[in-house]
Amino acid sequence: MTAPARSAPPTLALVNVSKSFGAVRALQDVTLELHAGEVHALAGENGAGKSTVVKTFAGVHRPDAGEVRADGAAVTFGGPADAQAAGVAVIYQEPTLFPDLSVAENIFMGRQPRAGLGRIDRRAMHAETARLFERLGVPLDPRQPARGLSIADQQVVEIAKAISRDARVLIMDEPTAALTGQEVARLFAVTRTLREQGCAVLFISHRLEEIFELCQRVTTLRDGGFVGTDLVADLTPDDLVRRMVGRDLDALYPKQDVTPGEIALKVRRLTREGAFTDVSFDVRRGEIVALAGLVGAGRSEVARALFGVDRWDAGTVEVDGRALPPGSPTAAMSAGLALVPEDRRQQGLVMDMSIERNMGLTQLKALRRATGRGGLISRRVERDRAADWGLRLQLKYSRLSDAVGVLSGGNQQKVVLAKWLATEPAVLIVDEPTRGIDVGTKAEVHRLLSELAARDLAVLMISSDLPEVLGMADRVLVMHEGRLTAEIPRADATEESVMAAATGRPGNGKAA
Amino acid sequence: MSRLGGRLRWETAVTALLVAVFAGGAGFSPDFANGDNLSFALDDLSEIALIALPMTLLVVCGQVDLSVASILGLCSALTGRLWDAGLAIEMIIPLVLLVGVGCGLVNGLLVTRLGLPSLAVTIGTMTLYRGLAYVTLGTGAISEFPVAYTDLATSSVPGTPIPYPIALFAVLAVVTAIVLHATGVGRSLFAIGAQEDAAYFAGIRVKRAKLALFVVSGLVAGFAGVVYTLRYGSARADNGLGLELTVIAAVLLGGIDFDGGRGTLGGVIAAVLLIGLLRNLLMLNDVSTEVQSIVTGLLLIVSVLTPRLIAVAREARGRRRGARTAAPAVVP
Repeated sequence: MTAPARSAPPTLALVNVSKSFGAVRALQDVTLELHAGEVHALAGENGAGKSTVVKTFAGVHRPDAGEVRADGAAVTFGGPADAQAAGVAVIYQEPTLFPDLSVAENIFMGRQPRAGLGRIDRRAMHAETARLFERLGVPLDPRQPARGLSIADQQVVEIAKAISRDARVLIMDEPTAALTGQEVARLFAVTRTLREQGCAVLFISHRLEEIFELCQRVTTLRDGGFVGTDLVADLTPDDLVRRMVGRDLDALYPKQDVTPGEIALKVRRLTREGAFTDVSFDVRRGEIVALAGLVGAGRSEVARALFGVDRWDAGTVEVDGRALPPGSPTAAMSAGLALVPEDRRQQGLVMDMSIERNMGLTQLKALRRATGRGGLISRRVERDRAADWGLRLQLKYSRLSDAVGVLSGGNQQKVVLAKWLATEPAVLIVDEPTRGIDVGTKAEVHRLLSELAARDLAVLMISSDLPEVLGMADRVLVMHEGRLTAEIPRADATEESVMAAATGRPGNGKAA
Repeated sequence: MSRLGGRLRWETAVTALLVAVFAGGAGFSPDFANGDNLSFALDDLSEIALIALPMTLLVVCGQVDLSVASILGLCSALTGRLWDAGLAIEMIIPLVLLVGVGCGLVNGLLVTRLGLPSLAVTIGTMTLYRGLAYVTLGTGAISEFPVAYTDLATSSVPGTPIPYPIALFAVLAVVTAIVLHATGVGRSLFAIGAQEDAAYFAGIRVKRAKLALFVVSGLVAGFAGVVYTLRYGSARADNGLGLELTVIAAVLLGGIDFDGGRGTLGGVIAAVLLIGLLRNLLMLNDVSTEVQSIVTGLLLIVSVLTPRLIAVAREARGRRRGARTAAPAVVP
């Protein structure tokens, strides 16, 4: 169960692989060997080439130079089906199951066991599925429909599907991004079981602590180039960050000390039935207040209600002393509220629209006024403003007229931030501001939030990333099952105190 | 702004096709390229062209209104009914327009209040409004409208071959193009069509915008009903039957993505004219109306299919190139 047997050739490997898309060099001379019985991490910032590696293993891309080897012999994957036949399975961050089919039907889709006359042998299918779940050590019902399964459970179903196809190589592309702490622990347990059974696993995550917890070796990419493969035990987190970024990173949590000012956001007894109950808190100018809690505790729901996307049933919200009406994003915006939503791709940005237009979308009125040509919008003014914000946030783009969807996740998040900062808000609510973005951009976003707070903005930050909460917040509010359970000042906030309040354990979690 | 084969814009391709059909038609038939015929061809387009403007906005916004031809029919029947009852045209027109607005309001409220898909809603109201048209006028026809008005619907602006309804269309087209491409309202419509959630989260009043578009669509369809009635001098409940499909064909052929969020009004205008020329050419050559509708149907399919085929072809080309360069790696 420990060190992989190096005498055997790697189960699957890329050897000196290069790949370009047009003028963009996605991979250059990358070598990555996956051995049976190891969990191998792939680290790198967004745009470093991780997805290209995954897609090359999965048979979606063919290398321009170099080769893919299975058990030491060169192979050519003509498409994903070839890769699958060679025993490669990819588990994506958000699995795509058939929601109306049962878990067992999803696993055996297209290869259902047959009884006489071509009928599907459900009993055999369910029994086989139950055996798979037993092997993975997860209590799921094979008869349950896939609809309503948590993302974590859906991933387990995908893993079970992979094993039932005798997959020998499991590629997990950011599987933990949307999971809670407990779900991550279970996923790791499943992964370790597979490793012990002789699978080769490639694991991708932006959370460095996960790499150190789960993986034996780590291969680092930077800008498509191969940096190296190391034993995880030989590295410190700082070493790994340096390999990924290519330079020493400024502090990841550059929180400036501030003296809080006037109350900017005042929430009293806010209730939305079925989502949260009796939530009261203030956020002062200059403060970063974190809203922590488990996924499903009602944090995003509070943010949505504050911004008017959902209505609240009872309670009051005041921004700079002005009461907000429920259920009106337009009113919330003009009162000085801004929301950087949780789901960047669906809610934060219009992915097909250009960078400049996405930035302009929150300030159509201001753009019209700035132009002074009746109701018309000047493209030049729009572009100038977008370029200005791009500079201020160090946005990396080739043209402002490019669709925002071509940017990396971190740069997309910068566009969302720009679009809201341009409205000059009094209160900025950010929901998972650094989810799925690389460590370099993460530090930039943190520095930006800190600077904004220092310039008198009130920031309410929802985050499931505990180090981020502890590193950035002046105060931590914790929610559990729709209620605020604790308010912890920066000095007393520790992983233990926040988690205790988040899981509803009484006593030791409360602020001293 | 869909793109063909890399550089060429869809709108440019449609415009080029328009010019080609015009040139081809002029060579093919001596009756084609003279002022009277062109004027007739344009006049024949009046309702399609007018309704195509709000339809473009709706499709950009990710919606569709299939009930426009039925609103046209209902408003035509009502015009006849009220004229028969002895009302003055000056009174009838505002009343009929109000009915058009009402029809659009019903569509819009069903879509925004109940959250139903516009395709389903307007399939329903398409049947409903056509039914009401028959209730209003039965299967008969009312004619003998005042000549001053029927002339206005068929004669041209002095000194040009442009009929009055098309002149009005030209003015409205400029207004629509400005709204769609140079104002905040237009930006909002594109955003709603491309990603409704993101538009809503940016503070855009999504429901209000959709409701307004359906009302405008109803108003313009109602007005087109008046124009149709006067142009043919005949009010009938089945006026404009099937016209919605020609309008939608023009909008899609003009490069507006049926999924919303993409396209330009210029393309739609070129497509409307192209359809007008093709219909006229077919008519000049005594091709039956059935065949004409087959041509419209084919255009609709081609305009939806072509961008997909191009995408598929491009992908296949990329894959072949990838396979070729990867070939040396096969040798062990």
